[in-house]
Amino acid sequence: MAGPKYPSLDTLALHAGQSPDPATGSRAVPIYQTTSYVFRDTEHAASLFNMERAGHVYSRISNPTVAVLEERMAALEGGVGAIATASGQAALHLAIATLMGAGSHIVASASLYGGSHNLLGYTLKRFGIDTTFVKPGNLPEWKSAIRENTRLLFGETLGNPGLDVLDIPSISAIAHAAKVPLLVDATFTTPVLMKPFALGADLLYHSATKFLGGHGVAIAGVLVDSGRFDWEASGKFETLTAPYAGFHGMDFEEESGTRAFLLRARREGLRDFGACMAPMTAFQILQGIETLHLRMPRHVENTRKVVAFLSKHSSVERVIYPELPDHPDHALAKKLLPDGCGAVFSFEIKGGRQAGKRFIESLRIFSHLANVGDAKSLVIHPATTTHYRMSDADLQKAGITAGTVRLSIGLEDAQDLIDDLDRALNVARRGSGS
Amino acid sequence: MNFEVAGKRVFAYTAAHELDAAKPTVVFVHGAGLDHSLFGLQSRYFGYHGRNVLALDLPGHGRSAGPALTAIQGMADWVSLVLKTLKIPNATVVGHSMGSLVALELAARHPEQAERIAFCAIAFPMKVSEPYLEAARANDYSALDMSTIWGYAAQVPLAGNPNPGMWMYGDTLARLERLAPGVLHADLKACNDYTAGLESAAKVKCPVLFILGRRDVMTPPRASRSLREKFSDARTVEVGVSGHTLMAEAPDATLDALIDFIS
Repeated sequence: MAGPKYPSLDTLALHAGQSPDPATGSRAVPIYQTTSYVFRDTEHAASLFNMERAGHVYSRISNPTVAVLEERMAALEGGVGAIATASGQAALHLAIATLMGAGSHIVASASLYGGSHNLLGYTLKRFGIDTTFVKPGNLPEWKSAIRENTRLLFGETLGNPGLDVLDIPSISAIAHAAKVPLLVDATFTTPVLMKPFALGADLLYHSATKFLGGHGVAIAGVLVDSGRFDWEASGKFETLTAPYAGFHGMDFEEESGTRAFLLRARREGLRDFGACMAPMTAFQILQGIETLHLRMPRHVENTRKVVAFLSKHSSVERVIYPELPDHPDHALAKKLLPDGCGAVFSFEIKGGRQAGKRFIESLRIFSHLANVGDAKSLVIHPATTTHYRMSDADLQKAGITAGTVRLSIGLEDAQDLIDDLDRALNVARRGSGS
Repeated sequence: MNFEVAGKRVFAYTAAHELDAAKPTVVFVHGAGLDHSLFGLQSRYFGYHGRNVLALDLPGHGRSAGPALTAIQGMADWVSLVLKTLKIPNATVVGHSMGSLVALELAARHPEQAERIAFCAIAFPMKVSEPYLEAARANDYSALDMSTIWGYAAQVPLAGNPNPGMWMYGDTLARLERLAPGVLHADLKACNDYTAGLESAAKVKCPVLFILGRRDVMTPPRASRSLREKFSDARTVEVGVSGHTLMAEAPDATLDALIDFIS
């Protein structure tokens, strides 16, 4: 049955959340570089503080430039709203801190970005929140790890660094049967390649530093809520369904229903933890998002060419990319990621650690640094950088070896990238004698 | 606040206040497929400014038990029963869309209970297109899309939300997805079948306020002209930038109009 039409992702990426500035006519999103906003009178001030009127009070809580980014990301993901944060890690922390406190438990994929693994495996333990890590593709393990005090299931849409494809439909069903939400880190896929909410996820976040920005100039995060999880029916989330003394006895779910999570995250999380986004950062990330729908297909196209090249190279032990038939999640990738599995992947170089070192140091176009998702191609050696705090056992669980090299494929000419890789691989091989 | 009416669970948002018999009361009645929280900002304001607030979830909506009611008159009688159950002699009744028809009918059928009535978006007749009704009857997702897209001014998806960080389309869809099958159709059919508007308007004795969105495609201002002509003393506030969902699209203008009317 045909209904009216929504604007497409391409149009929303350019327009959602902003109309030309009513004060100046500025077409570009203005950078409201201000900490605070003048009240019309004392009554207006009181109404804003008490959430009787919409508007901005203080830029730690909300800011007009940041709000454009938040609304745009909510539109692109199909959520009810979003909160922009100082980093992707701040977004993850905000989600967890909004949902639970000491005595709670999380079930998480073992294939996580090292920073997320640190937060869950070490830091949050100090605050009384425990995490059980499970193999992302082992569904019975997810189910059996859930305890009475579990409050969240969490994974990355594409696991780090083995690119395990998170089976969101199956894992969200497990989460919902346990009356808890599924949070996903969607950084590697972006809304161009995957819509996690349509697959069953309840909450998602991005390190906007990566593909959303694409330019590598700003650290940023954004947390989006689908609004689909029924906190009241779950009965497990007192932070959202019981009166909160920190805000006039507000019961967030009763107050706002579908917006309960974001309301508490903003009114408590940003207010008290304070990991907000600066307006200049929001502007920079918005510049990236305006071309996201053009960049992601090119990232994927270049990646496919590089993957095809490396897969046949004599110095390469194996390439780990879900579009390859030997990847354990190949079939799932075809189903959940038909438009591509992103532009970050790993391969194992023959010759181990020394070969990896020579390879990285011989590259000319690829930059050796700790980031991914840039317009420029990047390379890193996870065992000595992003995942260096992990034990050997945890490294093995995450599918990382001493010879694992991670590439983030940029927007350069694909043949130039292939030539650069070929040259460096040959140098590495000569040095290792393999 | 949870309570029972005719043996069924009812929820009304009270802005975290106990009902106080000494205070005047404002009742909010939501539109088709929605719930009390659409009036979030406005109901909260009155709850903190000297009034009892009852932002109702109609049967089968939000936290109130079903089944959904199937006629505007039945909904008006139900609101009347809620007031009697809570021993509230009369109230200002603010409706949105379908809720506006409920407010009108309450004032006609139970005039002693209606101190004032305010309509946030109204039309008479409130005809619903056949494809929309049919999609709702079939519980087809396109009915949710129609409610969402036609529920806002055309510029909404490409413009900012006054409520920072929120995406109005996503919020409406998320609410509608929580409805039990058949509820949206019951609401839309009740609007479509309602024919008593002009006769009921003639029976209304209390003050009346129309708040209309100039960009409303569901109930455009012209669609309430016949009704407005029945209320020679009614106030009308047209909000230039808003579509059908005035409380979300133009929350301050809607609140200001209500403050001016109720005060």
